[in-house]
Amino acid sequence: MATYRLDITKEHCPMTFVKTKIELSKLKTGDTLEVLLTEGEPLENVPRSATEQGFKVLSVTETEVKGIHRVIIEK
Amino acid sequence: MDYTEEQIQRYSRHFLLQDVGVEGQEKISNGKVLIVGAGGLGAPAALYLAAAGVGTIGIIDGDVVDYSNLQRQVIHFTADVNKPKVISAKEKINQLNPDVNVVTYQELLTSYNALDIIKDYDFLIDGTDNFPVKFLINDACVLAGKPFSHGGILRFDGQTMTYVPGSACYRCVFVSPPPPNAVPTCSQAGVLGAIAGMLGTIQAAEALKYLTGVGELLTNRLLIFDAKKMTFRTVNVKHNPNCPVDGDHPTVTQLVDYEQAACELKKH
Repeated sequence: MATYRLDITKEHCPMTFVKTKIELSKLKTGDTLEVLLTEGEPLENVPRSATEQGFKVLSVTETEVKGIHRVIIEK
Repeated sequence: MDYTEEQIQRYSRHFLLQDVGVEGQEKISNGKVLIVGAGGLGAPAALYLAAAGVGTIGIIDGDVVDYSNLQRQVIHFTADVNKPKVISAKEKINQLNPDVNVVTYQELLTSYNALDIIKDYDFLIDGTDNFPVKFLINDACVLAGKPFSHGGILRFDGQTMTYVPGSACYRCVFVSPPPPNAVPTCSQAGVLGAIAGMLGTIQAAEALKYLTGVGELLTNRLLIFDAKKMTFRTVNVKHNPNCPVDGDHPTVTQLVDYEQAACELKKH
């Protein structure tokens, strides 16, 4: 099971989840995607949208950089 | 398929939809839709299919743009008057979305060319304004096993149904064309321009649903709306075993060109 990484800290809604979905579409079932995003709208919406659309959000943790969070999503 | 940043933004609202997503957009990009008639129904259908990124859009129409078209045929502009409709439509599609490959046929669809033209397409949109060609499209699609969206508008009313092989066809419901000149001409009957947009847009949505496999098509149902009251109703229809083209004992086994009044527009 491979792990992929995606940085959407410079994106705004709705491109945050658009980019996440496009990256997820390249994964195989069981692969995980590590998404770096900012707090606020991306942190509220991306994990929720991923869950709504059938992906599994494994963890949401703040990184060493304040305001940047790491979301692990399993396809 | 790898998308450019521009394409990611262009199709972002499709990517966001759970039912479409990246996979669905790829199906749309690989889709081939033929629009018969670049008029009131074909114009909005062509624009929405182009915007959606349908890979190949074929347009067949033998007419040139006339001032009387501009009230509802929104793909044609004032400067296009006297230009062939297929050229006018192709220019707008290319401007809207350069990803789309546009194939133009500046001719009428007839019993001679229909099967050869439709064989290259996944789905057809009937955007014609007369019964002979509506029956021709139906028969050609039934004989070739091609799905299509029937559409018709008049005054404030519209009707549409979708055919896929095995479902009720247009002839299952309306067995044969009315006699020529039994109906008012389009100039006598008139049509509210906006209802062309309503109906053509429903047809575009059906084409996109077919390409992506999303939802339930308008098969075995005839959707009828009355824009004066803004009421919509669907009438269940079913495959007719006595249908002349796909019944148990078909009598229509090859294409025919029915005699046509100069400008029939009356719907059933």
